[in-house]
Amino acid sequence: MELLQHIGLEQNLLTIVLVSALPLVFILLYALVTLYLEMKVSAHIQDRLAYMRTGWHGVLQPFADILKLLQKEDTVPAAADRFLFKLAPFVVFAGTYAGFAAIPFSSAYIGSNINLGVFFIIAASSLVVIGILMGGWASNNKWSIFGAIRSAAQMVSYEIPTALAILIAVMITGSLNLQEVTQYQSGGIQNWVVFGGSLPLTQKLLILPFTLLTFFILFIASIAEVNRTPFDLPEAESELVQGFNTEYSGMRFAMFYLAEYANMFLVSAVAVSLFLGGWSSPFGEALSGPLWDLFWFVAKGMFLVFVQIWIRWTLPRLRVDQLMYTSWKVLTPFLFLCVFAVGLILVL
Amino acid sequence: MDQPKALPTNYVTQPDKIATSKGKTVRTEEMIINMGPQHPSTHGVLRLEIIVDGEIIVDAIPHIGYLHRCFEKHAEHMTNYQQVIPYADRMDYVASMNNDWAFALAIERMMKIEVPERVEYIRVIMAELQRIASHLVALGTYGIDAGAFTPFLYCFRDREEILDLFEMTCGARLLYNYIWVGGVSHDLPQGFIEQAKEFCTYFKPKIKEFNDLLTYNEIFIKRTAHVGVLPRDVAINYACSGPMLRGSGVHWDLRRDDPYSVYHKFEWEVQTGKGEVGTVGDCWDRHIVRVREMEQSVKIIEQALASIPEGNVQSAIPKRIRPEPGDIYVRTETPRGELGFYVISDGSGSFYRVKARGPAFVNLSVLPEISRGAMIADLTLIVGSVDIVLGEVDR
Amino acid sequence: MDPVRTYFRNIWLALSSIAIGMRITMKHLFVPSVTVQYPDVKLKLPERARNRLYVNIDDCIGCDQCSMACPVDCITIETIKSTPDQDLGVTSTGHKKRLHVPKFDIDIAKCCYCGLCVYPCPTECIVMTDVYEFSEFDRNNLIYNFSVMTPAEVETARVKAKKAEEEAAAKKAAAAAAPKPAPPASPPPVPPTEPT
Repeated sequence: MELLQHIGLEQNLLTIVLVSALPLVFILLYALVTLYLEMKVSAHIQDRLAYMRTGWHGVLQPFADILKLLQKEDTVPAAADRFLFKLAPFVVFAGTYAGFAAIPFSSAYIGSNINLGVFFIIAASSLVVIGILMGGWASNNKWSIFGAIRSAAQMVSYEIPTALAILIAVMITGSLNLQEVTQYQSGGIQNWVVFGGSLPLTQKLLILPFTLLTFFILFIASIAEVNRTPFDLPEAESELVQGFNTEYSGMRFAMFYLAEYANMFLVSAVAVSLFLGGWSSPFGEALSGPLWDLFWFVAKGMFLVFVQIWIRWTLPRLRVDQLMYTSWKVLTPFLFLCVFAVGLILVL
Repeated sequence: MDQPKALPTNYVTQPDKIATSKGKTVRTEEMIINMGPQHPSTHGVLRLEIIVDGEIIVDAIPHIGYLHRCFEKHAEHMTNYQQVIPYADRMDYVASMNNDWAFALAIERMMKIEVPERVEYIRVIMAELQRIASHLVALGTYGIDAGAFTPFLYCFRDREEILDLFEMTCGARLLYNYIWVGGVSHDLPQGFIEQAKEFCTYFKPKIKEFNDLLTYNEIFIKRTAHVGVLPRDVAINYACSGPMLRGSGVHWDLRRDDPYSVYHKFEWEVQTGKGEVGTVGDCWDRHIVRVREMEQSVKIIEQALASIPEGNVQSAIPKRIRPEPGDIYVRTETPRGELGFYVISDGSGSFYRVKARGPAFVNLSVLPEISRGAMIADLTLIVGSVDIVLGEVDR
Repeated sequence: MDPVRTYFRNIWLALSSIAIGMRITMKHLFVPSVTVQYPDVKLKLPERARNRLYVNIDDCIGCDQCSMACPVDCITIETIKSTPDQDLGVTSTGHKKRLHVPKFDIDIAKCCYCGLCVYPCPTECIVMTDVYEFSEFDRNNLIYNFSVMTPAEVETARVKAKKAEEEAAAKKAAAAAAPKPAPPASPPPVPPTEPT
């Protein structure tokens, strides 16, 4: 509740609710921007223009899309498990949104400054799996259940590399609280964990290859966690039609969509907070302050989101067994190596 | 649903019994899934009834006929032969030129018409351009089957250039009605040769870019190598043809082995799969055969454009098409393989009977054979590598 | 190959080929796109473009050849014989018009744009134009009536033709009733009833 103190407001129920709703506002704005960004980037990568007719270069199109989804009839398949079917999108979104609580957007704003911040995010985002499984099962559609089961298997196996990579950052910074992790990295680009943190120079040079590798693997694993190409098997369009959300329409479909986009930012935000200095300015004390901090944080996060989009429109998709191979036989062993090496260097 | 008679050798789990750790046995049931007729990667209205054990396919049964338009019966009921050409166009609508040509060739052989040299050259140029266009569709959609969207758009961008050339020549972009019995409907328009040459020089680097982006991408290779392996003998037994057969390492191309037109005048090579990244006859081999055939087609087009003779393109068009009574089977190499027309004439102005032997239809029949034991994700790639056009499968 | 080497080679190949692919897509991000913004910008169609059919009815001689050439039977033509008193004029290609064309309908919804009707036309009055935007909400609006004759004109023409036919039939009957041996008959006398 630093924000309240910062702007000198009294702490009462109303202000607390308002402040905790801030990430929601952010997510909605961000989803509109990213929807637009994704369409435009994909189009220009493919030598197309994407939408051009709603407003200047189609900037109003995301609003039109949302409006369309709002108006659409909310269909529930006749043989579906109605309760679970209707609940699933909200569980997915709730899981993602809960994760935002421990994300430090700026030096002045973090939803909940808890000591186990990263741990909480990992735990909360596991809810997403339950939601997806719920949706896939309740749809009573063979394609959906395929998608849901694939998704569960994928998210569970990719949480291992994600957790290991986070562990490495935690080992270096010595805290699970993302606000503290970020503060540890303040003071310029050289102090970012991805470049070895604020360790003495020799240690830093030794640790550098491992932190770079860890960041790289964390990024790959996080793409898999949000089910995007090349790991978009749960909704593999050419195989499973739409996977777990095949039967959804209207607002519930939009909910899944929103959760996916929010998740994209969430994993990017975790990677940024842990490895890329969070909200801290890359130029040390210059250009810092609560608003600048917000800017840096969002800019870094959006950059990673952009890379995710870029990857999506370049690569083909893996197969289920190859996905598991990548997680268990490539990413995890390399991360064990990194954990070991980083631990050793830190002890030295 | 009947159980498949023999399980393939690479099918591992026992479908009925899986022992649990506590010594009990649990029955697992196979699941029947309908893939299609409305499914993104069945390339039209193909319906595949697949029996799966988890993600592993026990059997895949294609059901066809959703696009049946009675081509053969229609052709018999037309008042003259010329009217059938628009229908032949619509068989394999991705490669209309090649269809027209096969049809026209059958009637020409029956009537023993000598086609002028210029017409033969024009037909070769058109057929090869169409082969490139058709392969671009096949390769682009194959990228989508594998999950890569971007190569598809690049392929369609280049295909537009070819369609522009066609539109310039005969006025239509997809269904041309261009190759007629004894000739072609229009001579090449002014500027065609220059524009076609320009296209050839433009297109060659694009093939390389496509390969870098998709063909040699390691994920794509891992997805397609060793998948849907079609051994040489199976391919021959099932009468596969075209890239499907050549992908299995069989040197067979009707342009060379049952020569028609002026293909013998040009330098080009038949491309076959060599199992560079996997087994001979896997999906990647069929993919690369298509890519390399595009390169060969560009080569043929360039040679044909350089040496095209002058002449009247309509001099050999007969006033009335009325073949002698008799029958004939004529086959040509379309982008999908051997397209043959078996024609019986009773001496009147229209067919007594016509039978089309479509390559996609025959190639599709091998699908259950090569998809057993694969995963669902592989099945879309196997279907894509067969490169079916439902217009021709169902006719 | 040694499994350890294969393992590392696979990782290397995957990373390098992904990098190559990403470089290509990044390059395309800055290449001008090929989209033509259709309703605002329209490509010029080539001269030979085959789209909507147009019939210059003034030149039509009602020979029905286009209708016979059509593989989908989308052209319907009705004709009425003209009587010698009616001069229908000549077409721009110099053919004399002998038939009224009270009905020349093209069901453009059936048309397959093959162009086969265009080639046999002796007066080049049926052509494929470059108009391709003609969608309608009602399918009946896609049946194009090219005939310009008003119902009254059609009625007159029909009555006259019928009359002429009856007369011809009567004449034939008279000729049949007349003594047989006179086949190469000289022009029959003009009946007084016929106006000149």
